[in-house]
Amino acid sequence: MEIIMAIAAGVLVTCAVYLILSKSILRIIIGTGLLSHAAHLLVMVMGGLKTGDAPVIKDGVTAYTDPLPQALVLTAIVISFGVTAFFLVLAYRAYQELGTDNIEEMKGNDSYD
Amino acid sequence: MINLPLLPILLPLLTGVILMFFPKRIKAQRAVSLISTMLTILASVVLTQVVRTSGIQSVTLGSWPAPFGITLVSDMLSALLVLSTSILTFAVLWYSTVYLSDEHERFFYYIAVQFLLVGVNGAFTTGDIFNMFVFFEVFLISSYVLIVLGGKPEQLRESLKYVLINVISSALFVITVAYLYGIVGTLSMADISQKIAQSGQTGVLTVIAVLFLIVFGLKGAIFPLYFWLPGSYHVPPIPVLALFGALLTKVGVYAIIRTYTLFFYHETGFTHELLAILALATVVIGVIGALATRDVKQILIYNIVVAVGVILYGVAVMTRQSLEGAIFYLVHDMLIKAALFLLIGVMIGITGTSRLNEMGGLIKDYPRLAWTYFIAALSLAGIPPLSGFVGKLLIVRGGFEAGYWIGPALVLVSSLLVLYSVMQIFIRGFWGTPRRYAGKRKAVSGRLLLPAACLVILTVFYGIGTEFVRPYVTQAVDPLVDPSVYIEAVLKEGS
Repeated sequence: MEIIMAIAAGVLVTCAVYLILSKSILRIIIGTGLLSHAAHLLVMVMGGLKTGDAPVIKDGVTAYTDPLPQALVLTAIVISFGVTAFFLVLAYRAYQELGTDNIEEMKGNDSYD
Repeated sequence: MINLPLLPILLPLLTGVILMFFPKRIKAQRAVSLISTMLTILASVVLTQVVRTSGIQSVTLGSWPAPFGITLVSDMLSALLVLSTSILTFAVLWYSTVYLSDEHERFFYYIAVQFLLVGVNGAFTTGDIFNMFVFFEVFLISSYVLIVLGGKPEQLRESLKYVLINVISSALFVITVAYLYGIVGTLSMADISQKIAQSGQTGVLTVIAVLFLIVFGLKGAIFPLYFWLPGSYHVPPIPVLALFGALLTKVGVYAIIRTYTLFFYHETGFTHELLAILALATVVIGVIGALATRDVKQILIYNIVVAVGVILYGVAVMTRQSLEGAIFYLVHDMLIKAALFLLIGVMIGITGTSRLNEMGGLIKDYPRLAWTYFIAALSLAGIPPLSGFVGKLLIVRGGFEAGYWIGPALVLVSSLLVLYSVMQIFIRGFWGTPRRYAGKRKAVSGRLLLPAACLVILTVFYGIGTEFVRPYVTQAVDPLVDPSVYIEAVLKEGS
């Protein structure tokens, strides 16, 4: 199971890298979204996917899944959510001010030499 | 007093929250943030003294025993860095009250600075690798706000790139922590170190070490990963630039120091040699950049890159002497970089331009500014009685004693070229024929000079009072050369 998940994370990273290297800002932001999905999936995988109950204490259950990676992922998700929201608004403002969403056209204006 | 390491994090955090209630009342914002930063300095002074007298302080939050809860650890290194962070943030805030326009200050500027301080102090103090990621995000998100505040087109353009780079490096940080957790099964830094020492540093761990170098190298702008820095740092206003230049890259450097001395010290043949090569390449690239440009901001921005390289070279050599030099130089560089950025901010305020070709003859009308800058420039290059000297001396000597000569020679040559690059500013900007200037902040240049001059005076004392500072630095090196000091201090509460 871990191998399949690792491959899935790898595919996500591949797609993310491809999208981040493209020209349009929105595609880049979608790429960062995929990249954080990959990172979160990887945290879950590296914690181990051994079968066990959900980590809520109940009578009669002896094996639980590792609760720590779940807490880490929860933290990482809200952080990347905040950053993505900021990034999207930033892209919107930049589109309004600069009139383009093409990253190639956002070169330095040689204000320094 | 056992919660003392928390104070430099909690004070700015509380202040940031309080400041949110009255964002439009600028005078109150200024007063509250200055007073609280003063208190933060006080707390860090006390913290440094306590660490000096009674050793490493560690607090485990919520009384969970050490490897299970989050530990905050103040050893001498982090106490010194927290102290210098608080001091230079105070100077920058003082400067901002004069420099920034009301329009700028009204939009959550002081709140963002306080949260930046929370993040940086937290990253220096934490003893948990995932907690370090969280504190990194705290100061990164504050830095996103600060870099884009003002909303000029070039700021929007460059902050898009800055945010993108940091989002990628944060994702890499999470991935690296995941790998490390998969191998050692713990997140507490002391416990990780212990587990790695028990199992031996296998190939996988060396890969993780290199991944950490990539992650923190992206934050700290080392050689192949520095490309985002010159553009991004050129756009924010000067006080923000001073904060970024003095603090943000240094957190990356601190994280490299911590991981490479605490976790990955077993197979130094590969990892530390890689670090040394990259550090020297960083020095070379930084020097080339600093010599190639005629823009005062760019010259200093490339000097950040040089300093990062010099410090990391000291770390890579991994002898007691070179580590001591690296710490001396780290603290010196934080203070002097902030001072230099504030000083060229005064220059830009007077002349209204950052191009050297359009300046000249400033010494005639602004002699105090000129001579303060002169001292700061000599100090940056490491002229003997001033503060940059001891650090570089120890790094170079450590390098020679460890049997290398290319590295120390490069560091020495780089000092010369750094001196040349900052003297360019002095010769072209301050000497020559005086011109007429119509900069926006000409009238307040005297008040702007004051905080910068205070920082320069502080660094002069740091240089002259080496005998006084030395025991602190020696103590800071102890856990770096012998990780068991650190581990015992953290894990003693659990047993």
